[in-house]
Amino acid sequence: MKTILTSAFAATTSLLLASSAMAATEIQWWHAMTGANNEVVEQLAKEFNESQKDYKILPVFKGSYPETLNAGIAAFRAKQPPAIIQVFDAGSGVMMGAQGAIVPVADVLTKGGFKFDKSQYLPGIVAYYSKPDGTMLSFPYNSSSPILYYNKDIFQKAGLDAANPPKTWPQVFEAAKKIKTSGAAPCGFTSTWLTWIQTENLAAWNNVSYGSNENGLGGVDVKLAFNSDFFVKHFQSIADLAKDGTFRYGGRTSEAKQLFTSAECGILTESSGGLGDIIKTGMNYGIGQLPYYEGEGRPQNTIPGGASLWVFAGKSDAEYKGTAEFFNFLSQTKIQARLHQVSGYLPVTMAAYDETKKSDFYPKNPGRETPIQQMMGKPPTANSKGVRLVNLPQVRDIMNEEFESMLAGKQDAKTALNKAVERGNAAIQQAIGK
Amino acid sequence: MQSVVFPNKILPYFLVLPQIILTVVFFFWPASQALYQSAMREDPFGLQSTFVGFANFSAIFSNGEYLHSLQVTVVFSVATALLSMGVALLLATAADLVVRGKGFYRTMMIIPYAVAPAVAGMLWLFMFNPAMGTLAYLLRRNGIAWDPVLDGNQAMALVVVAAAWKQISYNFLFFVAGLQAIPKSLLEAAAIDGARGARRFWTIIFPLLAPTTFFLLVVNTVYAFFDTFGIIHAVTHGGPAKATETLVYKVYNDGFVNLNLGSSAAQSVVLMVIVIALTAFQFRFVERRVHYG
Repeated sequence: MKTILTSAFAATTSLLLASSAMAATEIQWWHAMTGANNEVVEQLAKEFNESQKDYKILPVFKGSYPETLNAGIAAFRAKQPPAIIQVFDAGSGVMMGAQGAIVPVADVLTKGGFKFDKSQYLPGIVAYYSKPDGTMLSFPYNSSSPILYYNKDIFQKAGLDAANPPKTWPQVFEAAKKIKTSGAAPCGFTSTWLTWIQTENLAAWNNVSYGSNENGLGGVDVKLAFNSDFFVKHFQSIADLAKDGTFRYGGRTSEAKQLFTSAECGILTESSGGLGDIIKTGMNYGIGQLPYYEGEGRPQNTIPGGASLWVFAGKSDAEYKGTAEFFNFLSQTKIQARLHQVSGYLPVTMAAYDETKKSDFYPKNPGRETPIQQMMGKPPTANSKGVRLVNLPQVRDIMNEEFESMLAGKQDAKTALNKAVERGNAAIQQAIGK
Repeated sequence: MQSVVFPNKILPYFLVLPQIILTVVFFFWPASQALYQSAMREDPFGLQSTFVGFANFSAIFSNGEYLHSLQVTVVFSVATALLSMGVALLLATAADLVVRGKGFYRTMMIIPYAVAPAVAGMLWLFMFNPAMGTLAYLLRRNGIAWDPVLDGNQAMALVVVAAAWKQISYNFLFFVAGLQAIPKSLLEAAAIDGARGARRFWTIIFPLLAPTTFFLLVVNTVYAFFDTFGIIHAVTHGGPAKATETLVYKVYNDGFVNLNLGSSAAQSVVLMVIVIALTAFQFRFVERRVHYG
């Protein structure tokens, strides 16, 4: 009898303990942030969890951007999705195509008792993450824009002007040759994300078409167009520079950043979000605007990259409420301003941008306003609103494969781009079910 | 001979039950799912699906990429099997000659087998990564244009070496055991007849090792076909330009990266057929024809 009583007592106690631990609703946040940006994620979750008692954000690192998206899809199919998932720019089309699998962020905020006011957010970014009717689908957590980084020490050694980075692509190529021939560094120039930076943003920044139907923003049936002469010329220049190592290829995503931070290459084009890691190395770097080709009306505007936070369908009301609370927490001006200043990602709200402008941050940190100005400078055209394909990750992989063959000297730029367009079009047709 | 019969009618079924459950849960159920998926076309989230019959299969076989991947798999498997078995045989014969510290050497040789494939991949990647690898830096300083990120052959060499390195221990163990089973009297007789080391090896040791070698050939081929995903995923992701995309990697890539689940399922069904054929081949011919010791 005594043992029964004891065990009953123990069971009751543990139940009580469990229920008190259950009081805070746990909200999983799957993300793909590494290095300095991962620290920011952990810090934000910690601050939010300390700011209130009802909800607990649990950040879970799921690998690279594509790996995180795939993990989320697999979890959804297994009916175990997280509440919040960070999906990169290229995955936006995939998520938008999945009506029924997601809840628009605008609805989540309303459910949580907040009013969603579109005018508070930066227009270029909100437009990219919204349905054509203006409903915001995902929360723009880390938006970035590609910029040019250069190593000032290498520039000085090569006899280049370390105060003025090259502005156009021909100037970049010349500077890269000079770095290589002068022996200031073993490689002149490298770039992360040949797809996002050298194709999608190249098209928008120079106001050239990437694909039909406003690059996919006007409809899912897209015919790719990045094999026009403009692209062929650009990629042939890169392929030529790759022959003697003036251009070096790092990999499909952000691997090339290492070539820059190890002072192997003097110039890098990379996301503004890569800044945190570059600052950490303590190197003597400078920032410039993304290069362009001279022409009327150029440069146009860059398109948002980075990632946004999506909310999966089928979660409990408590989780949606907590998610809304968290998004509201993230939208606070002081958080947004800080995120922008430490990470190099763009502020998402106008208030955060204005506050940073009012402070002495931009004069003290030259170049840090560049990614915002690039994106907001001009109203976008049909070529520069963004790129949206239901299977953009797959199309990017096809492009990467053809670029790799081209850079290995197995085919010229014209062949590579023609093949990429042909294979990409076939993949799009298959994905939209034709 | 006494025939052995269980008196109990139900007990035998209970005894095999765990094995049957395991087979159903880990083979029949997933295999039937793969068969079902291979006849469907579905969106990534599984919200809508349509029956397409054999369309996924005909799409695979009419696509040059699949044949390319098959070719990559054959090159990769043959190279990995030959390299790992060759080195293991060399080390096993050498270890056989060591008199003092035999146990120590053998234990050291076996350690790589305990390393997980993904870890083995990362290890080799760190040494040979063109951006940060120590050995990559040495290679480049000595005038070798080492760049596996772009050069498909170099990338293939890197994954072959990493995959072979991990398998050497396993092969080494079997070769050591095989060498010990060779009667010393034969070798001594040959030595008295004046046969030197190399001749003794090729005329006596190597033929007598044939059963071990054949067994290892099958095991290594299966290993290279199916167990090297982790290494390829860690080192090359199947690149550059599909140069290291084996059939197994392609199943993953098409299914989980390109989100084309129908095609991925159809490919895994083809792989299943290949495994069944390999196993049948091994049982039918290898087990019968090769005489074990």
